[in-house]
Formats: sequence, C-alpha cells, structure tokens
Amino acid sequence: MGIPVEEAIKQVQTMDRNVLLDARNVTMQFGGLIAVNDVSLQVHSGEIVGLIGPNGAGKTTFFNCLTGLYKPTFGTVTFDGKPLPPKPRMVVREGMARTFQNIRLFHNMTAIENVMVGMYTRTHTSAIDAVFRLPRHRHEEIASTRRAQELLEFVGLTGVGDTLSRNLPYGDQRRLEIARALATEPKLLLLDEPTAGMNPQETRQAEELIFKIRDLGLAVLVIEHDMRFIFNLCDRVSCLVRGAVLVEGPGEVVQNDPRVIEAYIGSPATPPAPTTDSAGGAADA
Amino acid sequence: MDLFFQQLINGLSLGALYALIAVGYTVVYGIVQLINFAHGEIFMVGAFGAYATWMVMGQPANLSVGMALGVVLPLMLVGGVVSSVVVALLTERVAYRPLRNAPRLAPLISAIGVSVFLQEFVRLFYGTIPFVTRIPGWPDAKSAVPFPSISGISDASVQIGGVLVQASALFTLLALVVCTVFLWFFVNRTKTGRAMVATSQDPDTARLMGINVDRVIVAAFAVGAGLAAIAGVAHGLRYGNIDFRMGFLAGLKAFTAAVLGGIGNINGAVVGGLVLGVVEALASNYLGTTAWKDVWAFALLILVLVFRPQGLLGAKVVDRA
Repeated sequence: MGIPVEEAIKQVQTMDRNVLLDARNVTMQFGGLIAVNDVSLQVHSGEIVGLIGPNGAGKTTFFNCLTGLYKPTFGTVTFDGKPLPPKPRMVVREGMARTFQNIRLFHNMTAIENVMVGMYTRTHTSAIDAVFRLPRHRHEEIASTRRAQELLEFVGLTGVGDTLSRNLPYGDQRRLEIARALATEPKLLLLDEPTAGMNPQETRQAEELIFKIRDLGLAVLVIEHDMRFIFNLCDRVSCLVRGAVLVEGPGEVVQNDPRVIEAYIGSPATPPAPTTDSAGGAADA
Repeated sequence: MDLFFQQLINGLSLGALYALIAVGYTVVYGIVQLINFAHGEIFMVGAFGAYATWMVMGQPANLSVGMALGVVLPLMLVGGVVSSVVVALLTERVAYRPLRNAPRLAPLISAIGVSVFLQEFVRLFYGTIPFVTRIPGWPDAKSAVPFPSISGISDASVQIGGVLVQASALFTLLALVVCTVFLWFFVNRTKTGRAMVATSQDPDTARLMGINVDRVIVAAFAVGAGLAAIAGVAHGLRYGNIDFRMGFLAGLKAFTAAVLGGIGNINGAVVGGLVLGVVEALASNYLGTTAWKDVWAFALLILVLVFRPQGLLGAKVVDRA
C-alpha cells in the first residue's frame, strides 16, 4: 500500500524532530472582537498536537490564520523554517494541508477526482499536452490516478473511486477529505474536528487513521471536542479559552487541570460569595 | 421537405454561432457567478481584430483557395482570438477583479458599462490612432464594414439534393465541433480544467488545494473570449460585413442560449445554442416572417425559464447548496 508515498515520507521521518510549525503571539482581531489573543504554539515533525477549547474559543480562527485564509493582526507564523506565505495556495505548496469542520468536498466530482484536485500543485500537464495526448500527459495521468487510488486505500476507501463524493456516507466523506489533504503531500496536516458527528466505532477508526498518518512521518494538529479521542491520540494538548491559551502540556496534565475542567463544565458548586460583593464580582468576570 | 432541411441547416449553423459565444457566458458564470454582459462586445472585437489582421497583411484578395484557407484565414483567426483575449483580460483586470467581493449587482453594472464602452470605442476609434490621426486606407467603423471574402468559403456552397449548404455554414459548424472537442479535453483532462471545475464548486477550498483562483478566472475569460473571436470571424464570413453593434443582439441571443441549456453547464451552452438557432430558423419559416424570429427566440427563453428554470441540461457545473 502506498509504497512511493511512504518511501518519500520516510526520509522526512529520519530527520530530527525539528520544529515544523512555530506560531508566535498570533492575534486575530475582527473590529473590536479579539478572536485569537496572543496564541503561541509549536508543532514538531512527527508529532500529534491537540487543540481543545469550548465553542467560540477561536480554534478554527487560529487554523485559518495558519493556512493563510486570514492574515493575523499581530504575531508571526513560521513554517518549516520560513515565514508563512500570505496566500493559501502558497501555504499548500509549502506543505500544509487541512480539512474542515463542516465537510467541504467538491460534491459533484467523484472521490478519485477530489483526490486528484489535491495533487494540483504537484503535477504539471498543460493544455497542449492533454489535447495532443503527449506521452508526458499520459504518464502523469496514469501515475496520478494510481497514486490517488493508493491514497483512497490508505484512508480505507476501497472501491468508491468513481462514486460522486456527495453520494458517499458521512464517515467516508470525512476520510475522503483527509485523502484529498494527503494528496497535496503535506508535512503538516491540520484536522478541524475530524470525528464530529461520528459514532464511537468510526471515531476509533479515525484514531487509527491519524496514527497511521503520523507513522508516515507527518505532523498532525487536530481540533476536537471528544476528550477521550484527543487524550488517546495527542502527544501534547493545548487548551484555548476565549481566544487565549489556558494550558498547554501532555494530555494527562491538561486533562486534570482544574481550569480546563472549569472552562468546559463550569466551576464546581461553591458557596455564593457575600451578597454585598456579588455585583462587582460578576462584572469582573 | 427540402425547405424544412434547408431551414434546419440554416438553423444549425446559426445555432453553432450562438453556441460558440454562449460558452463564454457559461464558463465565466460557472466560475465567478457573473453574467458578463460585455461578452457580446468581445465577440465583436474578435471580428474587428480579424479584419485588422487582414488589413495588416495588405488586404490580400483574389487568392487561390489553398492560400486563403491555409494562410490568410488561420492568420485572421489568430489575430481575432488574440485581440479578443487581450480585451477580455483587460476588462477582467480593470472592471471585474476590483469588484470580486462586492455585491453581485456591482460587477453586473460594471459589465454593462464595459459593453457600452467597447461599442463606442470601436465606433469612434477603429482605424485611427486615438485622438491623433486616421490611419490612411482604413475604413471607419461608424457604419458596417465589408468583411474580406475568403476564397473557398465566402463564394462556395454545396448542393445536397434540394438543399444548398453555404461553405460559411459548414465552417461555423466545423468550428463548433473542433472547439467543443478542445474544450472537453481542456476541462476534463488538464490541470487547469480540473482546477476550473473545483473552483466553480468551492473557490475557498480550491484555494486551500493550492489552486491559483485568480489564474483560473483569467483562464475562464480567455477561453470564452477565444471562442467568441472564432464566432466573430464566422459571423463576418456568413453575413459578409461586421459593425460595432453586432455584439449586442448576438450576445443577447447567446446569453439566451446559455440560459436555455442551463447556465454554468458547457454542454448546455452548446445544446442551447443549437436549439435556439434551429427554433429561430424553423419558426421564422413556418410561423410568420423572418421579422418574427427574435420574438420566437425570446418566447422560447420565457417558456424555458417558467417550466424548466435550471435549463435544458440543468446547471451542472454551478451548484451552491
């Protein structure tokens, strides 16, 4: 399965676990709203990092800053030793790929065509080659079809290559999105809630798939709400609350941090504060 | 019966002309959701570009068929395509790109402005160095300009039974077939084509797949303009003259054809063009005089919009749930 892919990526694996993504003090303001506030995050190659936080904490906005969809108001993002280029398409070329919280496939293309769109930056055929069916075009066409097939198998989609992507079951659409992201030959894969709407069994399969991707030597940054999933999976977890990093560290540490529990579930029942004080206290919070 | 087949052939060749222009409307709409109302003028510019090429070549006339079809016509086509593409890309850059994120009405109005601008520009400045001098020997475009006759096309025809087929009609049909095949390969077999389909379905995601959306939009305008220029030359050969107003009605008809076939759908534009041409030819023959042909063409549009608003083939490329 996927021998050329694995070969190519093995080389990356043998390198040191260097810092792949280095986001420093990233701040994103929309008018008066600070969606992401001074967030710093590092991802090393071959590492799975989790990003958690309650709804509206700014996780997806932070992703958008990383992929060039938004330009951070302050702060710098360095990817693979270079400053992040300003346009999404250039970010892809540098080796960063993502999936979406709400699936965004090309719905009227078949599964395999979706994956082949992902290969866009890595292929070269021109119109002339295609019209006259020059050998270069034929070879590239065969090679990219084969590789797309391999990628589909890699994510566990066999025999659905010619199905329109909108007709695939939900779980398969999620896998297809991952296959399409892998087709861009990334060094870092950003997954935005990959298990949203999945049943426990599908979640387990997704977990295995992400480990498999890590084993190819890719780094993975994943946003998720499913706590068991994220703490099983991640080497490190960062918790975002109201746009800022609350805690960062190994899974066990973050999991047991009282502030994280408070952010998600609310503070444990404490006796109400003295009545004279309560108005001022609420305003401060 | 001969009359029926005669009208059918006339309709098909007229329809092929509409289809070549309609593709430009549909491709651009599929990608940027803009009805490019200046597209008819791009067609007109193509015809004038071809004419200018002929002037620059020294107005070759009375040529052998081989010279005319092998050298002069191809060069005129190239000249027409180049001028159309250049003008289309300029308008995209100047009039549409700055409005990319504006409400959809803004680029539409901008397109109408471009349309009027191009008509008047050709009317006032064709055959001149603008504001300086007329180029001696060039006709001005204030009235119709006789299109050069190409031996083997302008003067030739084939008799099949009782049906007379003009060579210019064959040229138009042949041009449509060749362009459609080329377009099919371009969309389905090339990287840019695949990027176009992806962009029409979801531009943001396409960007995140490394696709240069700006370049895809430019390609869409260029492809549409190229086909429109070929249609412009075909129009010149068919009617024997060109004028600065020719893009208005032809553009409107081609737009109708694109809507008829399902706007955003390339096959739809081709089918819509042919259907419209045939309906026009047959209706003008059987239902009243030729003066009524526009009535039937637009009546057909109204009927399709009422009963099948997605067009004959459905708007396949455009889907925005």
